[in-house]
Amino acid sequence: MTDANILLLAIAIPALTPFVVAALGSRPNLRDGASVIASLATFAAVLTLLDGVIGGARPAITLLEVMPGLVLRFEIEPLGMLFATVASGLWIATAVYSIGYMRGANEKNQTRFYICFAIAIAAALGIAFSGNLFTLFIFYEVLTISTYPLVAHKETPEARKGARIYLAILMTTSILFLLVAVIWTWNIAGTMDFRAGGILEGKIDPAYVPFLLALFAFGIGKAALMPFHRWLPAAMVAPTPVSALLHAVAVVKAGVFTMLKVGTYIFGVGFLGKTGAADWLMWLAAASILIASLVAVTKDDLKARLAYSTVSQLSYITLGVALANQMGVIGGSMHIVMHAMGKITLFMCAGAIYVAAHKTKVSELDGLGRKMPITFICFTLAALSIIGLPPFGGAWSKWYLMLSAAEADQLVIIGVLMVSSLLNVAYLLPIPARAFFAPARGQVAHSLGAAAAPVREGIEEAPLLCLIPICATAIGCLILFFTVGGLYEYLLSIPILPESLP
Amino acid sequence: MMALIETNLPALQVVLPLVAAPVCAMLGRGSRSWAFATAVSWLTFLVALSLFAKTFGGTIISYEMGGWAPPIGIEYRVDVLNAFVLMIVSGMAAIVLPYARRSVAAEIPAERQSFFYTAFLLCLTGLLGVTITGDAFNVFVFLEISSLSTYALVASGAWRNKRALTAAYNYLIMGTVGATFFVIGIGMLYMVTGTLNMADLAVRIAAHGDSSTVHMGFVFILIGIGLKLAMFPLHLWLPNAYSFAPSAVTAFLAATATKVAVYVMLRFMFTVFGFDYEFQAATLEMVVLPLAILAMFAASLVAIFQDDLKRMLAYSSVAQIGYILLGLAFLTDTGLTATIIHLFNHAVTKGALFMVAGCYVLMAGTSSISGLRGVGRDMPWTTAAFVVAGFSLIGLPLTVGFISKWYLVQAALELGWWPVALLIMASSLLAIVYVWRVVETAYLQPAPEGVTRKEAPPSMLIPVWILVAMSIWFGINAMTTSAAASRAADMLIGSSQILWED
Repeated sequence: MTDANILLLAIAIPALTPFVVAALGSRPNLRDGASVIASLATFAAVLTLLDGVIGGARPAITLLEVMPGLVLRFEIEPLGMLFATVASGLWIATAVYSIGYMRGANEKNQTRFYICFAIAIAAALGIAFSGNLFTLFIFYEVLTISTYPLVAHKETPEARKGARIYLAILMTTSILFLLVAVIWTWNIAGTMDFRAGGILEGKIDPAYVPFLLALFAFGIGKAALMPFHRWLPAAMVAPTPVSALLHAVAVVKAGVFTMLKVGTYIFGVGFLGKTGAADWLMWLAAASILIASLVAVTKDDLKARLAYSTVSQLSYITLGVALANQMGVIGGSMHIVMHAMGKITLFMCAGAIYVAAHKTKVSELDGLGRKMPITFICFTLAALSIIGLPPFGGAWSKWYLMLSAAEADQLVIIGVLMVSSLLNVAYLLPIPARAFFAPARGQVAHSLGAAAAPVREGIEEAPLLCLIPICATAIGCLILFFTVGGLYEYLLSIPILPESLP
Repeated sequence: MMALIETNLPALQVVLPLVAAPVCAMLGRGSRSWAFATAVSWLTFLVALSLFAKTFGGTIISYEMGGWAPPIGIEYRVDVLNAFVLMIVSGMAAIVLPYARRSVAAEIPAERQSFFYTAFLLCLTGLLGVTITGDAFNVFVFLEISSLSTYALVASGAWRNKRALTAAYNYLIMGTVGATFFVIGIGMLYMVTGTLNMADLAVRIAAHGDSSTVHMGFVFILIGIGLKLAMFPLHLWLPNAYSFAPSAVTAFLAATATKVAVYVMLRFMFTVFGFDYEFQAATLEMVVLPLAILAMFAASLVAIFQDDLKRMLAYSSVAQIGYILLGLAFLTDTGLTATIIHLFNHAVTKGALFMVAGCYVLMAGTSSISGLRGVGRDMPWTTAAFVVAGFSLIGLPLTVGFISKWYLVQAALELGWWPVALLIMASSLLAIVYVWRVVETAYLQPAPEGVTRKEAPPSMLIPVWILVAMSIWFGINAMTTSAAASRAADMLIGSSQILWED
């Protein structure tokens, strides 16, 4: 099997999973098993590809030509491979976790949930592997639409309202700004392909570059750059596995990945640096980091707090693009991995707390740590990684971003990153602190998932199927700290300069 | 025999439904006349297909009616532009008629059905005649044939709702005013040139030069056709006519009648008048262009606040005509391509949507949006068709709506009118609002108490899904439609091909 076929397979498996899931709709065990198997198969396919890409292979395949110039094409390069690996790898964790969560919380319409989930993953992989802006845009929209039913899952008025905000912001930005940017790029450059070093240099009047960049930066609403971040907190009405995988990993990372991809392969980092067109974006990202962190401190709802934390952390990656040097791209890409691993753990912990204790507010967590020690230990580990302390993965991405800021002579940005870490401490660490050290208030909560949970004296953890993925990703945060060397080497292969002509 | 048919194809195109109409009236019982009309519409479609195949390469077929040579005799002139429109019109008839049986059976008494199908065939004759003829006065004659039969068709909605009579009467008045303006305009041209053949008119107007009589003729024709194609603000007849006509009539008219009027507009503006003169070009730029943009917004806004689905779609049609006129008013190759391709794309999309509305009227007994709560669960196939066609109306990628929007924005950017490009996108956001309002009501709201709704019968679902499939297929593979549209545009504007050849 050639690499190009494996590429198609990696997208086809999650794209076809919905049919299997729908057919098995009346047999929940088989249906959920099919989801897990599909996630494993997808990850296996992606890993096979990763092996080739590390070795320098760049599989590509052109599917069809819609009309002259509009080509549906996939092409793998290191950045997309990285995103695909993260998304498909964490799908396994979430697929397992979903079983425990959805059953534990007695959610309705579970078949629809798994169907939309798999489509969303297929779309995320489509984005990761897209070979031009047009293909990317298609899957970007597929991702938006397939996640709408997930956000509206509960069908309550709040869920409908949240889903409406979600759809409205993502659609508005993508059609009003991103699509215009795509067509404009095509108009100027005569191509939409992603090429090393960008396609715009020498074709666009430098005076227009900041404007085009703005269309992209705001058009990629999934990157949740302020002031278009409101959809992310609104999407928190979704069941927690959705928040965990989609709104901490796949959807938002699709956004920042697109940002990185456009920065490196459409504009070209060198071109952005030379023209200074991204300076405003750098300051906006910095502001976004600080403001979202400040908002997060004020939120009492656990998921809302994590959502604003995500808004803030995503801007790190946008910042990496805006700094417009190689270290920025490396730091930004690395942060995709580090933040994904940390934030998915945090969200899964929040879901576990909801399933086991039915608590959603930070102020209600007092003393809960003694009942749910594993959950809160994992929460602490992941929080430390998000804050950026060694020995956790998050330390490295912040390190490289700081190096990048230093290289760009932006000392203020270094300050911003440090202040942001302090703010992270302020909004994340009180959560486990209260859970472990504050005395419990009020009466003991009854466990929803008691039947499935291992009940020991005083311990009321979430179902085992929820706990295993949480532990796995929390340990992942730790492992990433020690394996960063390989990751760094890999990220160096992201082409920064145009390929020299023979 | 075959050769005879082949040489007389242009005549057959019109004569076939014309002769069939009185026969249909004599067939008596409903189902017999339906079967006959359907068979005739399929034959007519075959004729249109073969004409399209012949002219696609750029051949122009000139047919002398009765052997009288133009410019004295009536000439039928088929080129890629009107072959394309002929295909749309006869194709829509061939799809709508099979669908019509169940819906007409429910809406019109059995003894009147043969007259209904007769009027339908006459309407088809008129629309085809307008499109195929190369004689300006003949356009008027056929326009009246189609209009008169349309008034009757709209009025036949009276068995369901008496207000159809007022709607038809309104349409009659407005349509007659339009036809009068049109014929006065032609009269003025005849005064100046002494000819009615379009090709001849073009030559003589050019030779005669600019004069105020030609200007007056231009303005009269513009307003006359503007009324027929529901150019904002001359659209007042349309919403009522579309909402109260029988469902099958609405689907057919929405997909064809305004399209044919646009064709007449294109033919007169570009072939007969040309844009050598300041006056004509300025009129389009200063009057038609702002009105088109106004239509895109005003009509979409009104559509958002409609409770009746058919009425909402009718206002959406007025907005879509805005897009079509906008492309025309750009006066560029790409703009015209957008206009022409949108004739097809919008016919397919809006035809499907109105047919879905017809399914709701028949099976759910209402076209009121609030009455369609929870209908997604009772009528899954119908509602899914609405969602997909709705995507196309919004203009999401991989649907035909996207292709149109792509060309239109491209045309605006080519001229450097990026505010117009942003306006186009902004107005499609309004489409999201009105489409999504229906989707949300149909899927996320609980069904009203005690309502039983069954899925539409296959005889209706199949035609609906044929159109839905077309709106996807020609969004994925737009080679034929974009080639036809850009060739037609080239021919109209007489400029070199910009898009197609590279």
